[in-house]
Amino acid sequence: MDFPFLLQTMKTLLAALPMTLALFLLSVSCGLVLALLIVWMRVGGNAVARNFAKGYIFVFRGSPLLIQMFLIFYGLGQFGFIRYSFLWPALREPFVCAVLALALCTAGYTAEIFRGGLRAVSPREIEAARAIGMSGGLLVRRILAPIAFRHALPAYSTEVVMMVKSTALASLVTVWEVTGVAQRLISQTYRTMEVFLCAALIYLVLNFIILQAFAALERRLSRHRDTAPRPLPNAKPQIA
Amino acid sequence: MASANRLLVRNIRKSFGTHEVLKGISLEARDGDVISILGASGSGKSTFLRCINLLEIANEGEIWVDGEQIQMTRHHGQNRPQSQKQVDRIRSELGMVFQSFNLWSHMTILENIIEGPVHVLKRPKADCIAEAEALLEKVGIADKRHAYPAHLSGGQQQRAAIARSLAMKPKVMLFDEPTSALDPELVGEVLRVMRALAEEGMTMLVVTHEMSFARDVSNRVIFMRQGVIDSDGAPQDMFGSNASPAFRQFIGNFGA
Repeated sequence: MDFPFLLQTMKTLLAALPMTLALFLLSVSCGLVLALLIVWMRVGGNAVARNFAKGYIFVFRGSPLLIQMFLIFYGLGQFGFIRYSFLWPALREPFVCAVLALALCTAGYTAEIFRGGLRAVSPREIEAARAIGMSGGLLVRRILAPIAFRHALPAYSTEVVMMVKSTALASLVTVWEVTGVAQRLISQTYRTMEVFLCAALIYLVLNFIILQAFAALERRLSRHRDTAPRPLPNAKPQIA
Repeated sequence: MASANRLLVRNIRKSFGTHEVLKGISLEARDGDVISILGASGSGKSTFLRCINLLEIANEGEIWVDGEQIQMTRHHGQNRPQSQKQVDRIRSELGMVFQSFNLWSHMTILENIIEGPVHVLKRPKADCIAEAEALLEKVGIADKRHAYPAHLSGGQQQRAAIARSLAMKPKVMLFDEPTSALDPELVGEVLRVMRALAEEGMTMLVVTHEMSFARDVSNRVIFMRQGVIDSDGAPQDMFGSNASPAFRQFIGNFGA
């Protein structure tokens, strides 16, 4: 084992970690906001919005993320009205294109995950909320969203971990994140195994931390599903 | 006069598709009335109760709560409430207790109880907590305030659900078969709470199969059959010798 080389590789790759983190954090947070909008359209009463959301989800779940990224990065520039628009200074940046593609794609998956969470909310709990005088935003904020989010959390944590790994695709549109830097190192050193193992280790550690955070959140939010605490001795019900 | 009644229902009709479940039901409840609604499965008694707080929208008829009529409009030939705001307010004035408790599973018992007062009535949280503690004491589950619904027995959950409704200080309490989902040994603890409420003068409509409650606690019994009120009267008359033949046959099935 060539430890000095591994150490040097690790240092080089870790220097690219902020870029990977930036891609990840920006795309997951933008994707989350977009997903909320899409799921709202998807389950709402407006038929046009519902069908738009269905189409959106189909397109972004049904086509490869890499092609979506290529279309945004290489494809959009073909159109004069984009090249001469105020958006062009942003859209010609590889980083912006990568974040855009990642966010648009994860929004489709996340919307479906949240829709599943909503469907799992017991109609009885919704009815109890209506019966007490809740409707509209209050019902969503106090009852629907908190319960749906708890149901969606395990699947959502998987999607978030997938997103960490998907940032690697940004290397193909010339963003110098961990995988891109690893490939550049390999082309200089031809030591594929060591370099990619170091890169894989970085992703593993990152995902380990994220999964721990989700597990902690899930434990916190699902105390109501824990096994029943032992009854207190001599606790007799007193009835008025 | 409508205002003399806590609840006034006139000629409610409700169909699901071509099947008419309620064929013109009327009812008045005065302050402190405890009305038991009996009937075989499918007689429309639960649907009737659900029409009162608009969980089902009746196709026809009027509903007045404490002198205020629920405003309806016609939309494609169907009745529809005119204002969701009024519906929400009316619902907050009517307590509803469900057969399967319907507590919010992600909240503790105390959180379940203060949810409505804090977020629907927008009252100060500290006051709501103090009142909730008193209600929990009253229904006998003060030690469960920080437990989650899944940790409670059915009887305890239903008592918590009653406390949740009471926390809204309702004008009328609606009970939709409150003991039907309970193991027989847990029925008594819920009925005792309901009996105590009745004795305090709460106006109650109770859809039930508990003949003893109907006979001993309520001051009026309504027997529904095939979407109409078959007979209606004081319990001593209804359960007495001049009961209607249909009701006599119905209670015969309970061995009452």
